[in-house]
Amino acid sequence: MINAILIPVVILGVMGLIFGAGLAVAAKKFEVKQDERIPLVRAELPGANCGGCGYPGCDAMAEAIVKGEAPANGCPVGGAKVAEAVGKILGEEVSEEEPKVASVLCSGDCDHAPRRAEYYGLKDCNEAVIANGGPKDCRFGCIGLGSCVNACMFDALSMGEKGLPVVNIENCTACGKCAATCPKSIIDLIPKSQVIHVNCQSKEKGKIVRSSCSVGCIGCKACTKVCPEEAITVTDNLAKIDYEKCVQCGACVEKCPTGAIVKEIR
Amino acid sequence: MYACIKNNPVFFCFIMLKYHHKIYESEVFDLQSTDIHSFKGGIHPPYNKERTQNVAAKVAQEPNVVTIPMSLHIGAPCKPVVKKGDSVFLGQKIGEATGFVSAPIHASVSGTVKAVAQYPHPNGNNVMSVVIESDGKNTVDPEIKPYGDFNNYSSKEIIDIIKNAGIVGMGGATFPTHVKLSIPPDKKVDCVILNGAECEPYLTADYHLMKLRPEKVVQGLRIAMRAVGVQKGFIGIEDNKPDAIEKIQSAILPDEAIEVVILKTKYPQGAEKQLIMAVTGREVPSGGLPADAGAVVMNVGTAAQVATTFETGMPLYKRFLTCTGDAVKDACTMEVKVGVPLQEVIDQCGGFANDPGKIIMGGPMMGVAQFSTNVPVMKGTSGILCLTKASAEIPEPSACIRCGHCANVCPIHLQPLYMAAYAQHQRWEKCEEFHILDCIECGSCAFSCPAKRTLVSSIRVGKRQVQALRKQRAVKNK
Repeated sequence: MINAILIPVVILGVMGLIFGAGLAVAAKKFEVKQDERIPLVRAELPGANCGGCGYPGCDAMAEAIVKGEAPANGCPVGGAKVAEAVGKILGEEVSEEEPKVASVLCSGDCDHAPRRAEYYGLKDCNEAVIANGGPKDCRFGCIGLGSCVNACMFDALSMGEKGLPVVNIENCTACGKCAATCPKSIIDLIPKSQVIHVNCQSKEKGKIVRSSCSVGCIGCKACTKVCPEEAITVTDNLAKIDYEKCVQCGACVEKCPTGAIVKEIR
Repeated sequence: MYACIKNNPVFFCFIMLKYHHKIYESEVFDLQSTDIHSFKGGIHPPYNKERTQNVAAKVAQEPNVVTIPMSLHIGAPCKPVVKKGDSVFLGQKIGEATGFVSAPIHASVSGTVKAVAQYPHPNGNNVMSVVIESDGKNTVDPEIKPYGDFNNYSSKEIIDIIKNAGIVGMGGATFPTHVKLSIPPDKKVDCVILNGAECEPYLTADYHLMKLRPEKVVQGLRIAMRAVGVQKGFIGIEDNKPDAIEKIQSAILPDEAIEVVILKTKYPQGAEKQLIMAVTGREVPSGGLPADAGAVVMNVGTAAQVATTFETGMPLYKRFLTCTGDAVKDACTMEVKVGVPLQEVIDQCGGFANDPGKIIMGGPMMGVAQFSTNVPVMKGTSGILCLTKASAEIPEPSACIRCGHCANVCPIHLQPLYMAAYAQHQRWEKCEEFHILDCIECGSCAFSCPAKRTLVSSIRVGKRQVQALRKQRAVKNK
């Protein structure tokens, strides 16, 4: 009777030892050598898996950073804090980059930019833009159906009352998802401290801009003349501020005849 | 138990759904028989053709001013070769083609060039256009001479003549015809098919053309057959146009090489791939061109234009179009010059009877809604459809009930419900897996959807993204 229990126990025990030894040998022999810094870097990354860095999730990003394919400050969500911690692990100095925020560069809301047609269909900018470039008269302006709001994973964008998306700077991590989804490329990532920007993307001539929007850039170059730092250039009838040169004096905001250059109130 | 299943109406419906295509779609694709040819899938929308079918087609009034955009075709836009103040003849070249997939543009009136500037284009953008004020004389360019008998020309010469005449596909896609007829040497083509199906509801432009100028259509087919170097030609016409079939048939006699194929009245019977399937029984492979199935497809309007060009030397500068819809007073089909504003055409149809809610260039299924009536008639404008607010209303979409209707009617045998859902969730790789790029955007799925989902527009977004994805990949692999 006792044999009926003992024999199988012994057999299983011996088999277990043999397999265990085999596994131990295999584990040593076929060991995949992983850089021990990868899990360390991974632990510092925020773990949101947002894809803002351009890699599929934080695991892939950690690997890329250690391999040197991605910069140590490549995580837009983590910002300077994470960059510093990652730099410490890698033992390299990380240049401190000013954090950026998403900014909606269009002021053409319901009051200022008329619509040439009504759009029926799915509430998605990328779908509306296929129908003759969208319902707005200005073909560069925000369509206002909120694809960027849907794309944001950090609750940093919401649809304003007047049909333009509003950025919540506190929540924005500058992952760039909204900018990538916008069919009109209206959202741009700009330095956080920069409060003056050209809120227009229209490359149309002044006359056409005036007929389609009352707050559009007409390319009059008044701002280029008034800027003390020569930070503003006009190309394709559109003013552009060089953020590195801009000292945010506000002279251009006062001079702009249409109000296309704005000073953001935070 | 069995009786219970048998008498269960839900289960019975399921069986009906599963087998209904086998019951209704068992056509035989045998060219020798007099069967009505078709393809699997498709829909039967209300055709609404009676209103313009029985009204004689007319020639539109002479325009005072025409605005001719430099982008009247698929491919590279033309470069204007005239400037402000120039006087031009009727048929004179005003836009030079800038690439292989491009076609020159000619003046549709004689007169003075008033402006060369950006003007609204039916695609929603502003496009470089040439504005010509007519002198009312229509003096033909003295350089234009008839080409005469096409048998005196080689295949290459014919294609060159077609290219210089600016002929593009007049069914609506406006693909340059000379590109279509230049078959790559590795492809084997054995027939040319003329598309006289006109499966889009409302439109009767091709119908009137076939009735008025059947000999031109047939002559154009013979020229195209010589250009491609094939011995067989087909003209596919839907069976709801018996008098057009009769006219064409009497124009063919006694030519053995050309055959009229009677097609079942069904949408999208006139789509290139479906037409090839219906006529020859061959399927164009995924991602392939008609030449991969051994066929070249042309619209009957394009063929008639080719014949006209050989007969008179005139380039493509006017076309038949149907102006109809319940917002128009006197709907009719007329021959209109390229560059005439839509508003002028509508005014000649008695103007608006009711307030228009939606104006569509082309047919209701695949046409493009317009934001203004100031855009010009193009080479591919087969119709102007003016609908009232009530008939243009789009119902609010509800959730997908997974009935599978869209997959049943899809003429390409795709699964629109999944493609649209993946596109809406931005899962582009999955879209590609479901062959989203093979979608012809015919709109059969959206039409038949009981939940009224906007399937086609979602799929179109997906198609764009997948194309962008492929480009990215191609760049990476280089």
